[in-house]
Amino acid sequence: MMTTMVFSTTQILFFIAAGVALVSALLTVTRYNAVHALLYLVITMLAISLIFYLLGASFAAALQIIVYAGAIIVLFIFVTMMLHQGEITIRQESQLFRPGRSIGAGILSLILLFEVMFLLSPLSGLTEADVNTAVSKVNVVGINEIDAKEVGLKLFGPYLLLVEIAALLLLTALIGAFHLGRRHQEEAL
Amino acid sequence: MITEESVLFFSIALFSIGVFGVLVRRNLLFILISIELMLNAVAVLFVAASSFHNNSDGQIMYLLILTLAASEVAVGLGLVIQMYRRSKTLDVDQLSSMKG
Repeated sequence: MMTTMVFSTTQILFFIAAGVALVSALLTVTRYNAVHALLYLVITMLAISLIFYLLGASFAAALQIIVYAGAIIVLFIFVTMMLHQGEITIRQESQLFRPGRSIGAGILSLILLFEVMFLLSPLSGLTEADVNTAVSKVNVVGINEIDAKEVGLKLFGPYLLLVEIAALLLLTALIGAFHLGRRHQEEAL
Repeated sequence: MITEESVLFFSIALFSIGVFGVLVRRNLLFILISIELMLNAVAVLFVAASSFHNNSDGQIMYLLILTLAASEVAVGLGLVIQMYRRSKTLDVDQLSSMKG
């Protein structure tokens, strides 16, 4: 099965991007300093954007950078700067999160990860025929380029309601965030 | 060519890292970041499925996930600010004082 596998350029690029994304995601969840964690999160988002591009979804790749790296992370960084108090916060955080204490959760996550990987890999009891019947139903042909035009036509055709739901969701979030972020009257007095 | 399995493995690994983050961090800000990672793992899966099946529905769902993530972050960060104002810390264990 593992005989002379020749990887194409796309595949090599995908493996590099996936490795970068996974390593920076791991670094994100283990940093004490919130700003460092957010910078690693930006790297994760950029790597995921590259993966989107390799998958032929150039529109999603652009949106990933514009919305995630450009808007959501900036929101996080603003809040972090509001709340960050330098050394005190980092010392507090190093008391809250001790890598030694998180072994249990790490083992549980790893068990879940390996379980699914084992189920999907050829090592599991599933025969080739089982996998083929499961896969052939959806007629996989490989990577297809889906551009913004196709998405846009769907978005303003059959999925028009979805756009309106999204607009409503954003409006609700705006009102909710405004209400939560506001100082209360009795505190102001 | 990128195989479906490799994208699936990547997505599951990213999701597991997100779950790990939610489980081990006690800081509300880091829990929100980990939730972002999990949402991204699902988004990768949607875009990959849309690409492999030559069907743009997956990217429509990706747009919805993006909207969801933006609203979730807005409300979540509002809660973070409110919690910091009230208790001067982001330790979620401190919230146990909320129980009756």
